[in-house]
Amino acid sequence: MQVTSSVRQPLVTGGKTYHDVTHDVCRQVEGKPSKLWFLAFLTAFGVLAIGSTALLATLWEGIGMWGLNKTVGWAWDITNFVWWVGIGHAGTLISAVLLLFRQKWRTSINRAAEAMTIFAVICAAMFPVIHMGRPWLGAYWALPLPNTYGSLWVNFNSPLLWDVFAISTYFSVSLVFWYIGLIPDFATIRDRATGLRKVIYGALSLGWDGAAKTWMRYESVSLILAGLATPLVLSVHTIVSFDFATSVIPGWHTTIFPPYFVAGAIFSGFAMVLTLMIVTRKVYKLEDYITIGHIELMNIVIIITGSIVGIAYITEFFMAWYSGVEAEQYAFINRATGPYWWAYWSMMTCNVISPQLFWIKKIRTSIVATFALSIVVNIGMWFERFVIIVTSLHRDYLPSSWAMFYPTLVDVGVYLFTFGFFFTAFFLFAKFFPVINMAEVKSVLKSSSEKAHK
Amino acid sequence: MERDTHFILGVYDDEDVLLHAVEKVRGSGVKIHEVYSPYPVHGLEHVLGYKRSKLPIAAFLFGMLGTTLALTMQFYMMKFDWPMIIGGKDYGAFPDFVPVSFEMTVLLAAFGMVGVFLITSNLKPWAQPRIFDLRSTDDKHIMAIDLANNNSLDLDKIKKILTESGATEVNKKSFE
Repeated sequence: MQVTSSVRQPLVTGGKTYHDVTHDVCRQVEGKPSKLWFLAFLTAFGVLAIGSTALLATLWEGIGMWGLNKTVGWAWDITNFVWWVGIGHAGTLISAVLLLFRQKWRTSINRAAEAMTIFAVICAAMFPVIHMGRPWLGAYWALPLPNTYGSLWVNFNSPLLWDVFAISTYFSVSLVFWYIGLIPDFATIRDRATGLRKVIYGALSLGWDGAAKTWMRYESVSLILAGLATPLVLSVHTIVSFDFATSVIPGWHTTIFPPYFVAGAIFSGFAMVLTLMIVTRKVYKLEDYITIGHIELMNIVIIITGSIVGIAYITEFFMAWYSGVEAEQYAFINRATGPYWWAYWSMMTCNVISPQLFWIKKIRTSIVATFALSIVVNIGMWFERFVIIVTSLHRDYLPSSWAMFYPTLVDVGVYLFTFGFFFTAFFLFAKFFPVINMAEVKSVLKSSSEKAHK
Repeated sequence: MERDTHFILGVYDDEDVLLHAVEKVRGSGVKIHEVYSPYPVHGLEHVLGYKRSKLPIAAFLFGMLGTTLALTMQFYMMKFDWPMIIGGKDYGAFPDFVPVSFEMTVLLAAFGMVGVFLITSNLKPWAQPRIFDLRSTDDKHIMAIDLANNNSLDLDKIKKILTESGATEVNKKSFE
């Protein structure tokens, strides 16, 4: 039995009926794409094409094309890897953690956020693969397989190997979670369609018929997948942070990394969801489903995680001083005042100061301000990873090997390639898949829409 | 009694009406074949008298399998098959094996449970579902009553029970 709250704002505005929900979402899949969509898709595809030349240069010539040197052996590629993985955290967080907390507002945004997660994790996984130089010869070495040298196994003491397991598990479980949610919506499209579309969506819907017994099992599967995905999503960035935290490099081996990376991941993930959803709701006229209320709630999550990240930066600094370890103290002073001071202060401005603007209600309910700040946050989060990685490495133990890292055009191009891929995939998703989870929105419609309840 | 149709369908607009209708219809001795809804209706499985799903047990067992496999694999490879001296530490470094064991637990639990779900619910790309009413994936709840299971009841009586329970339409449906 649904209970209508007289205090809470409706989650779906505009007095939508169940049929309106079906129509508003299926319209995008069934109709011809708009000119705006073509423009967006072609732009993304163009970026992909330009970036792919850099990817080819890397694969053809080797990673010598990158700006790495003897001192800074990890820089642009792993920065992008961690950044994309972080962005990939919001989707599963929204659909799993918010499901467990019974946050019904997640229903309008979880589908697109999960799609975004999957594309972001693909972009992230690309970097460890291409940094192998000749991945076609060696990518399978990351798997525990017997090899030509006898039974010399992969090293399970290495956090880099944990990462292989964490990222691949996260990707496959997120993909399954997303697909399970799509099945009932594919069935809706199938039942409205004729011809080829009916055949394709019929196969995609796996013969879903909406029987009460299947729904019961579906609900059970969703809840357990959410229960499994919640610790999973927290574990992934924890393990990514282990790549640094288990090392002995000053600036890296700190115990604060796992919670601080997870908070940062949610922070940047929500920012990217906002960037995409603000555009999607506008282009697809979904303002009644993704309301200002949704945007405000996501901005509140950004204030919280942004503040956690801010406190983590300050704690790190304090601990470096308090530890009394000179190398550690130097690493942090060098971050703030050394040759990369501009990266450090860009990070501080974008991540610590800018989200605090969301305390002002006018700003967190403004679409323009939210859109601008969501991009600022992601720039800040990119700099965070860059600062942690490069500034900790560039001042080596021997002053004679101190160096600077400068990205080459190929570095920038590979990053562009991932952007092109991400947006191309997202626009294709937005055209051919239902961007809003219709079944879930319908299930909260009665308790949250002013007119559906008589 | 004429049996030219196989199924009688009650069409409902509202989930609360549906929940009461299921109780009423079952109370009048009519056996319900199945109810088809566009979205999960909470409490429907209780009024239909379905037993709780055993999928959580499947997930748990697959999860345990994942943990066991992961730990066995890591101890076998690192401690027995090819021990490596790393700072003179124990070859079987259990804390190091926790992350991979956790990931494998989640992976097998999720895939195992979803696999069981797809098989038990007969969900597969080539499945040809029996669609009673195309609107059951849009905005209507369809209660299907199989006449073969309700031989003792008169056709008109079933129709009357459905209408009285709040069905907005009562239709017939036959499959080839």
